[in-house]
Amino acid sequence: MLLLSIALMYACSKSEDEVTPEEKKITFSVPSNFPAPVYNFEDNKLSNAGFALGKKLFYDARLSADKSVSCGSCHQQFAAFTQLDHKVSHGVNNCQGKRNTPPLFNLAWQKAFFWDGGVKNIETSPLNAITDACEMGTDIQTIIAFLKNTAPYPDLFKQAFGSTEINSQLVLKSIAQFTAVLVSGNSKYDKVMRKEAGISFTSTEQAGYNLFKDKCTSCHAEPFFTDFSYRSNGLDLMSSDEGRSHITGVASDFGKFRVPTLRNIEYTSPYMHDGRFYSLDEVLEHYNSGVKASANLDVQLKTGIPLSITEKEQIKAFLKTLTDNEFIKNKLYAES
Amino acid sequence: MKLSPYFLALLCPIILLSSCKKDSNEVTADAKSTFSIEFENQVNGSPLVLNTNTYQNAKGEDFKINVFKYYVSNIKLSKADGTTYLIPESYFLIDASKAESTNITLKDVPVGDYTKIEYTIGVDYARNFAGAQTGALDPINGMFWTWNSGYIFVKFEGTSPQSPATANALTFHIGGVTDPNNTIRTFATEINAANPLRVRTDGKPNMHFIVNAAALFTGKTDISFSTLYFTMGGANSVIVANNYADGLFRLDHIHN
Repeated sequence: MLLLSIALMYACSKSEDEVTPEEKKITFSVPSNFPAPVYNFEDNKLSNAGFALGKKLFYDARLSADKSVSCGSCHQQFAAFTQLDHKVSHGVNNCQGKRNTPPLFNLAWQKAFFWDGGVKNIETSPLNAITDACEMGTDIQTIIAFLKNTAPYPDLFKQAFGSTEINSQLVLKSIAQFTAVLVSGNSKYDKVMRKEAGISFTSTEQAGYNLFKDKCTSCHAEPFFTDFSYRSNGLDLMSSDEGRSHITGVASDFGKFRVPTLRNIEYTSPYMHDGRFYSLDEVLEHYNSGVKASANLDVQLKTGIPLSITEKEQIKAFLKTLTDNEFIKNKLYAES
Repeated sequence: MKLSPYFLALLCPIILLSSCKKDSNEVTADAKSTFSIEFENQVNGSPLVLNTNTYQNAKGEDFKINVFKYYVSNIKLSKADGTTYLIPESYFLIDASKAESTNITLKDVPVGDYTKIEYTIGVDYARNFAGAQTGALDPINGMFWTWNSGYIFVKFEGTSPQSPATANALTFHIGGVTDPNNTIRTFATEINAANPLRVRTDGKPNMHFIVNAAALFTGKTDISFSTLYFTMGGANSVIVANNYADGLFRLDHIHN
């Protein structure tokens, strides 16, 4: 896999001739402990100019209805691209959304997006936030008209795609060049898994990892710490949010949400689809004692997950090894 | 008459040449040309006029139409010998409010006599989940569900006094590609063998289809607007799709 990513980098750099020598070539690299991605830039050739344009669009609040909200408003890098301290997304006109903002990383491995999996392609995902009245509250036509009339966008599109033409396809493809490149695979956990020199779990972390594998991985499967399935974890007897059934129309999906990744969990509070838990302690206590017998409760949670105080501390210590500071602090992804 | 052997000798190469010419004619069977399809929007035989005209459904309920748009895609032509030609990247959005959209042009079609045409009413499964699209499939056309990926295949909006919705609205957004609520439907029609679709390098035929918007509400299930007046995918959309699968399109005639 490492070889593949090197080959990819090589292939990309080979065909790219506009890069100035001092500019670092933007690459999409697959960590050696990850499987092959779902999204592979086959129909969206990654370039520095495309990535830069996508990043600029991502951070441009002028795209929203009242010019107050960009993608980056709710997807903050220091919070692994979710919104710190916000139970639910905070959109235009101070509107409070329905669900907790999902973090953005490793999206190239995801086949469905949002808590209910309604969107099936990374490229079309931004349309949801753009049009939602409680997020950016606008539409793609308005955004295209704005971009056509706002320097330096026409030039940036020309650099990225060879033409000053601006259409929804190019807007979405450039944003995907930014979002799909967001790979988080350099946590301590990853380095331990890759047997990198000098890196090992502490005994507490190792005990936590053993517990985690015993009690949690049936849903939070490695290496993404989600199996991408939709489940009810018994937050309420009767969910106030229909969840997955809003998409499938199937009653047995009522109140189910996608199992969230636990990578960078240290920085992505609050937790759950409605952001009801502020701390990992609250989350673990939910599994220990708070699971309710909701209609579609996951069978594996029928008796909760009993955890002693020591076990909870060990699991928390392990979960913190999923923090990827290189990703969170990578200036390449920061607003520039 | 007695032919001189010299004359025959002279004739031979000419025959050879002409047979060569004939061969190369057969090679040009790969030649391509163009045809067009006109979709004439109607409601039970009357011209479809947006916003003003009043029509009746099969239950005798009045309705008006404000929006009528639908996708035609994956157009496939068949010859009498059973060979088929799928027109690549054939995605068209017909919009009753845009006259130019009701006449579509199909380019680079191999010349020949075609005796059957079929197409998808809507958009094939894969494109519903594909990356950002352009042209007819551009989400700018208002036919893409942003919260639940996939295209609206047929969009009908209007009013009926029978509709209990706000402002008596009728909202029929038909789409969805996953079972049990898959609304992809294929329409196929034989073409009279006596007057097939003759695609020629020197002829650009036009097929004329009548499109009956009222077909959404009758056929397998007669719909009353008092009970079904709003659907955006799901089981009710399937009822509508099953209605229009057979009744929406009718091949009226071909100008060769």
